[in-house]
Amino acid sequence: MIDCSGRPAALLKDLFTRMTLIREAEEKIAALYPEQEMRCPTHLSIGQEAIPAAVCANLRKDDTVFLTHRCHAGYIAKGGDLNKMIAELYGKATGCTKGRGGSMHLVDPQAGLMGTSALLAASIPIACGSAFAFKQQKQDGVAVCFFGDAAVEEGTFSESLNLAALWSLPVVFVCENNGLSTCTPISRRQPSIPIAGRAEAAGIPAQALDGNDVLAVYDAASKAVARARQGRGPSFLECATYRWREHVGPNFDWDMGYRSEAEVRRWMAADPIKRFEAGLDAAGALPKEQRRLIREGILEKVEAAVAFAKKSPFPGSLDLEGAKA
Amino acid sequence: MTRELSYAQAVGEATVQALEADERVFVYGIGVDDPKAIFGTTKEAARRFGPSRVFDTPASENALTGLAIGAALGGLRPVLVHARNDFLYYCMDQLANHAAKWHAMFGGVMRAPIVVRAIVGKGWGQGAQHSQSLQALFAHLPGIQVAVPATPYDAKGVFLQAVSGNAPVVIIEHRRLHDVKAAVPEERYTVRPGQGAVVRKGKDVTIVAVSLMVSEALAAAEALKARRIDAEIVDPRWVKPLDKALILKSLKKTGRLVVLDTSWKTCGVSAEIAALAAEEGFSYLKAPVARVALPDYPAPTSAALEPLFYPGTREIVAAVERTLGRKVGRKVASSGPRQEAYIGPF
Repeated sequence: MIDCSGRPAALLKDLFTRMTLIREAEEKIAALYPEQEMRCPTHLSIGQEAIPAAVCANLRKDDTVFLTHRCHAGYIAKGGDLNKMIAELYGKATGCTKGRGGSMHLVDPQAGLMGTSALLAASIPIACGSAFAFKQQKQDGVAVCFFGDAAVEEGTFSESLNLAALWSLPVVFVCENNGLSTCTPISRRQPSIPIAGRAEAAGIPAQALDGNDVLAVYDAASKAVARARQGRGPSFLECATYRWREHVGPNFDWDMGYRSEAEVRRWMAADPIKRFEAGLDAAGALPKEQRRLIREGILEKVEAAVAFAKKSPFPGSLDLEGAKA
Repeated sequence: MTRELSYAQAVGEATVQALEADERVFVYGIGVDDPKAIFGTTKEAARRFGPSRVFDTPASENALTGLAIGAALGGLRPVLVHARNDFLYYCMDQLANHAAKWHAMFGGVMRAPIVVRAIVGKGWGQGAQHSQSLQALFAHLPGIQVAVPATPYDAKGVFLQAVSGNAPVVIIEHRRLHDVKAAVPEERYTVRPGQGAVVRKGKDVTIVAVSLMVSEALAAAEALKARRIDAEIVDPRWVKPLDKALILKSLKKTGRLVVLDTSWKTCGVSAEIAALAAEEGFSYLKAPVARVALPDYPAPTSAALEPLFYPGTREIVAAVERTLGRKVGRKVASSGPRQEAYIGPF
């Protein structure tokens, strides 16, 4: 049970809205993907919404966020333009990168979304650089980096944690540990030691969390962001979660044999949004009817974004304005 | 005002002037403020601007490169320094997959103007992992500019251009040029990307040379003069973007092309320039293009083997004579003695 009692109504509504927008946008993408009009590798976060929603609810617009190939959720949670995101999936000129990045490379600098990388761990040092820029210019911004459990296996992960700790950078590392690297379970990739322990070993305060408990992540992120903003250095959050769909694409994949249907169903039964809603009901917060209205508004917004994307023109040239560096 | 500075001093002066002119600039890398200060090039900058803007780092080249990208996105102008090119392989993911892509991959809305300085070693047994010259590797990547300064003037000018431009720039310096002295203006100036220079006028053959090979070309030109061959030497100064017009203009005049590179021949800068002649200057060519570059072999260390590995005057003269249809093989002095003058440790 997620205990929602005593929480500000505005916060609960904000978290519910962010999670639901991510879920509904991605369900829509999954439904439309078989039309084969979104012609780019698309990695869905369905089942993992609580983490980006909870972390980004603690951020200001000018705080920066760095994401991975599985970046729709973080983009939406940080306030990226939904029309531009869907248009980008359709490869349209109105997309956030005008058809250059696709699903794996969303960006929206106005919302502090400074870049995404499809290469494991690669956005971690870049987030450190963003944090360095805040610190060097005596600004109180915070950089946040999202990455998966396999990123931990890359050398750049260790290099970056060392830099962040050594230079006391205002950065928050958020590991979305879904236990899978494509089809390979974490047990075949890492000894059974907590990922958070690696950060502690690097001298960074770290916490292992239930990543599907939106309030637990919210509270931990709140402390981590405040710590960074006050100039007290980096923090690390390891958030356990689970990806419902296949690694890339819209389908369920238990027929592949690397995980069982029962395992997926167990996690689906513990849906982070349903768990949150049960908590809201128990606390008498954000009534069902209000949630229905929020969801309705979100569905309209998603439909509008799809319509915008579908009617947008394709880019006609490789030339970028000012592309000649 | 113009006075004589060494190449290393010119880099050092450019660094100080960049830090002075723009508070967004910072300089970092392994050893930049240690007693050796990257062959002295960052000594004055470290002394004057201190550890908040010129600072040593952990041995984490890839993360340091990513940090440069993030810092540039945040409005800073990072200058990351490596004592040898060979360490750039550690940074390939951040340079090739990220810095090079950040502008175009995000539809032109982002820029990551970072400056990477890296030095090439040669001689005194530098060997396979302290002597590589990686300009072709980076020139291959759309989105990165590559400078190969051959003179103190250019070393200062390309640095000041790089820290004020909009693109990621890799500056390949040559350790064997660091002590070379020449006239350098005191004031700030830039050498624009794609702006090559004719360093010696001639009419019989065009020698295009980069980095250290420009001085090898000048030495060879004297030997050629004794053979009544008048060589024109073109230094592109940047291999990306490449001053194609200047090279083609010279080729049109002489009809013969010899290309010199400090790196391997296969798929290198000399291949690119030869291809330029074949594609866009074929009608000017009176003879096949000749190339003088490194053989497909990692650099050896023995003082007996280094002269067999590195081409010098003898090989350049022979290549020029081939393009002129002259008989090759008359004895000319090798560049060996000049190598001997350069002793370690370094």
